[in-house]
Amino acid sequence: MTSLILNGEQWTTAVNPTTRLSAALRESGGALDVKEGCLTGHCGACTILLDGQPVKSCLLVSGQAEGRSVISLKGLSTDPVATYLQESFSRAGAVQCGFCTPGMIIVATALVKASEVPLSRDDIRAGLVGNLCRCTGYHKIVTAVEEASYVHES
Amino acid sequence: MSTKAETLGTAPTEPRRIIGKRLEKKDALAKAQGRLPYAADFSASDMLYAKVVRSPYAVAAIAEINTESAKTVPGVRAVLTAKDIPHNSIVSRFGQSTDLGRQFEGTYRVLAEDQVRYYGEPVVLIAADSPEIAEKAAELIDVEYEPMPGVFTVQDAMKQGAPGVGGEKSNVVSHFEVRRGNVEEAFASADVIVENTYTVPMADHAYLEPESGMAWMDENGVLVIRVATQVIEHCYDIADILALSHSQVRVAGTWVGGGFGGKEDMTVEPYIAVLAWATKRPVKLTFTRQDSLIGHGKRHPFTMTYKTGVKRTGELVAVKAELIADAGAYVTLTPWVLLYATANACGPYEVPHVEISATAVLTNNCPSSAYRGFGAVQPNVAYESQMDELARQLGMGPVEFRRKNLIQQGSQLPHGHHYDRPVLADTVGSQVWEAIQARPLPSPRGDLRFGRGIAYSMTSYGRLMFLRDTSRCWIRLERDGTAVVRCGVPDIGGGQVSSLRFIVCEELGLGVDQVEVYNADSVLTPLAGTTTATRQLYMSGNATLAAAHELKRRLSEKAKSHLGPDIDRFAFEDGYIISQTDNRRVALSEIINECYHDGVEMYYEAQFNAPVVDIPTSAELNTPLFADYTFGAQAVDVAVDTKTGKVDVMRVVNGLDVGTVINRLNCEGQMEGGTVQNLGYALTEEVTAPDGIMTSTTFGEYLIPTTLDVPDIETIVIESGTGVGPYGAKGVGEPSCNGIAPAILNAIQDAVGIRVTSLPASPERVLSALQAL
Repeated sequence: MTSLILNGEQWTTAVNPTTRLSAALRESGGALDVKEGCLTGHCGACTILLDGQPVKSCLLVSGQAEGRSVISLKGLSTDPVATYLQESFSRAGAVQCGFCTPGMIIVATALVKASEVPLSRDDIRAGLVGNLCRCTGYHKIVTAVEEASYVHES
Repeated sequence: MSTKAETLGTAPTEPRRIIGKRLEKKDALAKAQGRLPYAADFSASDMLYAKVVRSPYAVAAIAEINTESAKTVPGVRAVLTAKDIPHNSIVSRFGQSTDLGRQFEGTYRVLAEDQVRYYGEPVVLIAADSPEIAEKAAELIDVEYEPMPGVFTVQDAMKQGAPGVGGEKSNVVSHFEVRRGNVEEAFASADVIVENTYTVPMADHAYLEPESGMAWMDENGVLVIRVATQVIEHCYDIADILALSHSQVRVAGTWVGGGFGGKEDMTVEPYIAVLAWATKRPVKLTFTRQDSLIGHGKRHPFTMTYKTGVKRTGELVAVKAELIADAGAYVTLTPWVLLYATANACGPYEVPHVEISATAVLTNNCPSSAYRGFGAVQPNVAYESQMDELARQLGMGPVEFRRKNLIQQGSQLPHGHHYDRPVLADTVGSQVWEAIQARPLPSPRGDLRFGRGIAYSMTSYGRLMFLRDTSRCWIRLERDGTAVVRCGVPDIGGGQVSSLRFIVCEELGLGVDQVEVYNADSVLTPLAGTTTATRQLYMSGNATLAAAHELKRRLSEKAKSHLGPDIDRFAFEDGYIISQTDNRRVALSEIINECYHDGVEMYYEAQFNAPVVDIPTSAELNTPLFADYTFGAQAVDVAVDTKTGKVDVMRVVNGLDVGTVINRLNCEGQMEGGTVQNLGYALTEEVTAPDGIMTSTTFGEYLIPTTLDVPDIETIVIESGTGVGPYGAKGVGEPSCNGIAPAILNAIQDAVGIRVTSLPASPERVLSALQAL
């Protein structure tokens, strides 16, 4: 039994506390927007916000999230930065197969919010280094985040 | 209706509203919001979870498989071995529609029978109530293996008396040749000769979405497989395996989280199909990354020995090349890949004397199969390294030297193709070189040395013409003036669906929200062929264009009573049919309603047939193979750290003649993504498997580029309008992923004076080459 706050709502799951958090969120919590790409923490597709910080949910077991806030991408549906990023990703052509995109947007949201000045392309590249994308070559992803950062900081 | 390529491959002159614009594809926002379901996101209430038990040995006889303890675990619903499968081994013709003879066939085996041929070969299938139970049962499977000697290099596999990987005497499974003129005499007349042997590694597609699918028997007894695949036509292979009729198996493709050729062969389909058939319950299987890396076919490793001769004035006189490909443990798509490599061995150059010998050999390595660039990428590394060396030794600029040797419209390609379409390779190369030269290279500082390199590329799009390729698309117009499109095209992220939407919008004057596309279902959508070979825009784009044209013809006939007889002057714009003679207009929906009223069919399915040639009848090639090629040039600036051997790509320019842009975002996106995939191939990516035991089984060992490994990407998009796709489009998917690797090798040479001949150009390789100077 694990209890936590999932996307703002109290959630208790009967899954074993040793179950991988990403699996618990997907299979028991209905958070199918959490993508599982590697299960070893290398790809970042499963990134969530744990107490507001981006973490790779495949590297945690659900018991580690006991009593804490877990936000997946759909929990950011009213967040102005996340929703702007979703549109800027789409507009910039930063979405191809889209499998990495939810994790990218989670990290980018935290990155944009954490900066008081518009992020440079180098800043963005450094911030997204833990999220792999195989389709886009990253160029348009960086552009989408750059645009969101510029709008957010000004 | 069938339509020939020539009738559709012209570029219209009128301004376009949709085609060529920078438009969002409809699935992008849904994906960015996490709303779009992928294969692993589907489930059913009474679903079982599958597990594939794999061989821990690369080569071993299977003496006995004991599944009894596994079967007793509560919650285990099926434990299957090869003998439980009606046709465990089938002769696969890998999607071809005609019989091409043995050279183009291979065994597809669901589970190992009396022997395993490679590490990780599937041996037992389990279905259980939960993944944990399936895992527990897997641990209780007791297979008695008797390890056997194997062959893990092509050199060993070709030795006299080497163990036969496939049970045959020889491990050679495919061989092609090209001969033109007399190379020995030509070399005697050459002023400069460069000889090198190049090796390129086994590489993985490394799409972010691991293979996944679910299968179930529906209420009519039809086996349904919902799966992430590039090829829904594998329904026929599944039918063969289970001895079902072709009409009893349906593949419903999902949006695919990247393919690159790795979801071209069957992945999870046979496992979930067999288990669902055996248990009569839905069965789901999602590969772990380890399963994915161990369990699917790779890009063929090649050893390529090249001898290239040139006159002092810069004209190539001869190329002699021996290509040896490691097919791995099963034939899969090896003959086709080898055929591509043979035909591509000289690149986009006019060479009077040519001798190419290409051989593929079975080993006990992971099977090699399709990967973006399909036999074009490997020789490109070799021939563009050769061109760079020759230019250096002649003291000529790389663009100037290539210009002297590029094929032109009307050239005879070495494999016997009279290529009669325009070749803009020099235009592309000149613009790419100019773009990279716009900024000077930095001066050496500390341990860093800087270099610049360029390479050219020539990549086919569309399948081998002797495969007699076809695609189909169906369009229906609704009474309110919107349209529904059905086309079997799997969308693997490249915008395959959105391209069809944009074509329909352009032709019928509709907005992008007025067209819905339904795709990738082997029963409910017309078969469009595979999303491989950079063929969907060409093939399904032309089918879609043809269907739209026929509906336009019917509408125009009906609109005559409103707009006059001059239907050639009718334009379809913004929901109206407009006479360009006098600007009279009538609402599209009004004409559609009149057609419905009068019984004129407002739906149409068009089939597009690619041009065909006869099947090559000998190993020596002397016929055209491809309808067309995309020409490109790629340039990079690198920084080489002479202390560590690390190579950083500081700038990269990728230029292609794309024919015509359908969607600018998608086109650039292909070029940028392909650039980085080929960059990873050049610098970091290598599947390692000492003695056949794969050790690169996570993204911690198989290193694909991160945001910090690549610079911003400059793309140069040239539109000649001369392709055989809709509106004169060429293909970009695979051509985008070519040329970067040799450009990097050439830039390393420019920076530090070493010729790296083995990929990846890892820090270790570069450093040891520097130390050998």
